[in-house]
Amino acid sequence: MTEELKIDGPTQARPEDAHAQGVLSREAARPDGPLKVSGRAAYAAEYLPEGAAHGVLVRAPGRGKVRLANRAEVEAMQGVLCVLHDDRMVRNAAQGTANEAPVQGVEWAEYVGQPVALVVAETPEQASHAAARLRVEAGGSKGAVTPGEGEVTDEDVTTSETGDFEAAMREGAQTLDATYTTPSHVSAAMEPHAAIAEWKDGCLTLHSALQMLKFNRNEIADCVGVDPGNVRVLAPYVGGGFGSKLGISAEAVAAALAARDLGRPVRVVQTRRQVFEVNTRRSETRQRIRLAADRDGRLTGLGHDALASNLPGEDFAEPVLQASHFSYAAPNRRLRQSAERLFRPASGSVRAPGEAVGVTMFEIAMDELAESCGIDPVEFRLRNIPETDPERDVPFSSHMLAECLTEGSHRFGWADRPAATRQRQEGEWWIGTGMAAAFRVNLLMEAEARVRLSPEGVVVETDMTDIGTGTYSILTQIAAERLGHPPDRCEVRLGDTDFPPGSGAGGSVGAASTGTAVWLACTEIRRQLAEAMGCSEADLTLKDGRATCGNRSLDIAEVIGDGPLEGHGHLQPGKALKKVRQSTFGAHFAEVAVSDVTGEVRVRRLAGTYAAGRILNPRTARSQCHGGLTWGIGMALTEALEHDRRDGHAVNRDFAEYHLPVNADVPDLDVEFVEERDDWAGPMQAKGIGELSICGSGAAIINAIHHACGVRVRDLPATPDRVLAGLA
Amino acid sequence: MRPFDLTRPEELSAACRDTNGENAAFIAGGTNLIDLMKLEVETPGHLTDISRLGLDGIETDAQGLRIGATVTNSDLAADTRVREGWPVLSRALLAGASGQLRNKATTGGNLLQRTRCPYFYDTDTACNKRAPGSGCAALKGEQRNHAILGTSDHCIALHPSDMAVAMRALDASVELCDAEGESRRVGLEKFYRLPGKTPERETHLRPGELITAVHLPKAGGDRQVYRKVRDRASYAFALVSVAAVLRMKGGRIAHAALAFGGLGTQPWRDPEVDALLEGETPSQALFDKAGEVLMRDAVVHEGTAFKVPLGKRVLTAVLKEVTA
Amino acid sequence: MKVTLNVNGASHWLDLDTRVTLLDALRDHLKLTGTKKGCDHGQCGACTVIAGGRRINSCLSLAALHDGDEITTVEGLSDDELSDLQSAFVAHDGMQCGYCTPGQICSALGMLGELSEGWPSHVSETLDGPVRPTREEIAERMSGNLCRCSCYPGINAAILETAEGS
Repeated sequence: MTEELKIDGPTQARPEDAHAQGVLSREAARPDGPLKVSGRAAYAAEYLPEGAAHGVLVRAPGRGKVRLANRAEVEAMQGVLCVLHDDRMVRNAAQGTANEAPVQGVEWAEYVGQPVALVVAETPEQASHAAARLRVEAGGSKGAVTPGEGEVTDEDVTTSETGDFEAAMREGAQTLDATYTTPSHVSAAMEPHAAIAEWKDGCLTLHSALQMLKFNRNEIADCVGVDPGNVRVLAPYVGGGFGSKLGISAEAVAAALAARDLGRPVRVVQTRRQVFEVNTRRSETRQRIRLAADRDGRLTGLGHDALASNLPGEDFAEPVLQASHFSYAAPNRRLRQSAERLFRPASGSVRAPGEAVGVTMFEIAMDELAESCGIDPVEFRLRNIPETDPERDVPFSSHMLAECLTEGSHRFGWADRPAATRQRQEGEWWIGTGMAAAFRVNLLMEAEARVRLSPEGVVVETDMTDIGTGTYSILTQIAAERLGHPPDRCEVRLGDTDFPPGSGAGGSVGAASTGTAVWLACTEIRRQLAEAMGCSEADLTLKDGRATCGNRSLDIAEVIGDGPLEGHGHLQPGKALKKVRQSTFGAHFAEVAVSDVTGEVRVRRLAGTYAAGRILNPRTARSQCHGGLTWGIGMALTEALEHDRRDGHAVNRDFAEYHLPVNADVPDLDVEFVEERDDWAGPMQAKGIGELSICGSGAAIINAIHHACGVRVRDLPATPDRVLAGLA
Repeated sequence: MRPFDLTRPEELSAACRDTNGENAAFIAGGTNLIDLMKLEVETPGHLTDISRLGLDGIETDAQGLRIGATVTNSDLAADTRVREGWPVLSRALLAGASGQLRNKATTGGNLLQRTRCPYFYDTDTACNKRAPGSGCAALKGEQRNHAILGTSDHCIALHPSDMAVAMRALDASVELCDAEGESRRVGLEKFYRLPGKTPERETHLRPGELITAVHLPKAGGDRQVYRKVRDRASYAFALVSVAAVLRMKGGRIAHAALAFGGLGTQPWRDPEVDALLEGETPSQALFDKAGEVLMRDAVVHEGTAFKVPLGKRVLTAVLKEVTA
Repeated sequence: MKVTLNVNGASHWLDLDTRVTLLDALRDHLKLTGTKKGCDHGQCGACTVIAGGRRINSCLSLAALHDGDEITTVEGLSDDELSDLQSAFVAHDGMQCGYCTPGQICSALGMLGELSEGWPSHVSETLDGPVRPTREEIAERMSGNLCRCSCYPGINAAILETAEGS
């Protein structure tokens, strides 16, 4: 049996409030924590079997037809087993949920840096050296690499128009017309993409660093030409993903092909430099934002025109406008998104695709207009909260922006802020504050999970991954709560396609989607327990391993009897999002110091107040928000993947030159959740939280720079030279 | 990495003999060499480990301080004599790299560290420093961590060291030893070469010659400051850095030694800047003039133009601080 | 090349290619995979181990250059019970994906030793004064360990608590 649920409408029962165990929505340490702090959690590259060979990918130095100039020479090098140059190798990593092979073919290099061969040898040292010696000739093919110079076809443009936008711009009491840019960003998870492939009797076992295994299994099967049923993918621990491990990438396919050819296991780990150019980046964007407001500071016109890029043949275009469709009320609207074809490494999802850069730049524009209207930026946003979705005739499932703004500004002490810029100086440092709202569309994805209850305790199984998000924690808490067990008697097993297919980790959907599948599986078990107890499921109380029904109380082990009870949960998104607009909301506040001498910026305080439905574990949720806030610091101040202007290759493709924020860049972060129950989010009323805090936090910093020293930065990141250009 | 032999001699002369060949290199901390060997930017066929030669001592002598070549950056920064007498050196070291790297990186190696130019690091691109005669991809490429002083049409690679900048302001000299046991001393001002047409030749070291120590004379000034500007708060190379060693007398600058990082193809010092300051009363006009003199021959590209105003502002701020 | 590594109190005799880094010797040859490879170029700190009493990046070090050295890896910090520092990392959620965590912990251990020896840092007011494990000092000294999940607040809280407890 399977407990099925389709979210077609609101759930009002809120059964979670009746639970007795008291572990859900409470602070809880990660059950995987002790393994991680002692080095016992094993990641993809660490399942090294006896007799494994080692492969190293080789890149194309130019764009065009590929020729391996000295293949025989390299094949003869010490320890070398093969030079794989197989047209089933992939050019670009698969996009999230592709579920089929990405663009394949390495006879042609579509971008500089594309993997075109794999050198396999007995040892990693031999393979690396031989790979360095392989002379790849590719080039001669020209193509646009600079934003604004790429081809844009009609299919690559989407426009939506409401009212008379041009008239609103003409007639607005205050207007803004400004262009903003963001550079390419990379996910840069700490664990490099890695795969170990092993074949046995025509079946492939792949240990790989991946986020969405049910899709990944089909992608790899399609690439190497086997039935997905003959592929098992394992990823019980993944060292961060942030979008870059949504789809399979070059190393997994190459490892699988080489392992089959050689008849022995093959490990391929991307070098850090490869991680920067082989897996999808976040596209650079150019955003023209036009706003008109009336005398009362109410928006009358809202225009957002965004340009992003990708390689030819890739459908993904950074969905910059995703939140602009509903973030603010304005009767007259023009939204236009274009994708141009640039021969830079493929772009794809990086943490909060769309809103991360879309909301951030829009919130800078809002700050600019608030200032010209002479209205406090918090108040300006409060005045422009829409009653219903401004473009579709549907209500919001829940709207918590006002609460976040009010609560957040109170916590931060916003009221003390002087309205004018350049009001506070400490030595050479200008001090200022800024704020920005946060929006992130909320989604559910299909997910399944299996739960077994036996006298020994609870076991949860799903192929869902924990990429650091806290899946082990929250699934433990859900099962413990629903089945009345202490968390230490619940074991969660993840990251194995032999388990029922969860949602996968991506788009902040994991906790709510796979969590609900676990919830449903537990419902099925609860029903069996109730039946055995002779009562209804609603009347059943489960706590600390005991089942209580009216005045009967039994040890759950007694109720179970001989065999374990099993439940299988299956969640499907349904039609809910056709009927409502669903989002998560937040408010960001920042205080910065800007050096009047150097233009250096230091973030002194950074705070986020968020509403994301029911928070399943405040501790792991807060940690994710710390992450997003820090990404906001990176986006605002330090991160930019530079492309060579001649051939588009990623120039600063290492951690020394692509600057992630380091510890010293990050102040103590203040994260607070506003209580919210969204009945359209399923029986748990939980929504995604993993991405919300990068959607606007960078804008709060940029706005604070402006407040501090009067310099408005419209091209990110605000490195010292860019700030200095405004100061000097 | 290309395969290589490794020897671990315990005698200096043996180490120099082992490393006399065309394709041999000394290794101590290895933090830069192994990095480059992994990318096959450096491809030595032989490595001589110099960590057992007893070059890891810091001694005080009549002239000042003698720092063994394999003293780690951490030990040097933490040495109480350095902290008291040459604080600009401690400050420069502490502003560089990370705690882990400083624990491994050595004094000699730091002086010899190679540029961070991304095209030097990328064997698929042209680089006259890495592959002489191949061209310079950086000239028309993406510039940021590149030099504006001492450049040539063949190379704009920046010297990335912090430590060496402080040492230049401190008038340091290096002690060198060759395979014959011959020892010589060379002032840092004569140790580095400008790139010219041969950017692959960065120093005046002879084949097989080893840096055995750095000598620091007693500091010419008690007012010492190191200021570094970078793209993040820690663990990044300098956009601009200034090391200042000054002595004031009767309201005038009696001794001035300014050295710069992030600007030059070598740790930069300009005698004309120092000469301009010496004997003068500190003033904004004087500091502005010093900035003009420093930048008089700067050659900027699109990506490095910001270094002229940034360099001048940091110089002014440092001079204000150090003369106050 | 014959190399003896003394890791977490046990001696290992290995015959290694000279090119094998200390990191790969630990991970691939000794199966001590707790030490992580994040960048292999000394730019992220995930590979941090304690060698000869000092924290170092094991990726930028050849195993052969550590012949006879005492090495401590994350596996050597606890037996059945976690160390105080490890427990503090769990309690303060000083990790998410966990990949940088062993390096953070080994780095923190080494860093606390450096603090107790009175080493100044870039953010120390003076070079001669006493140094204390303040938040600012810890943040600067831990900046050689990148965390993309960005658990710096939890990491710093865990280290502060451990430093104050000892």
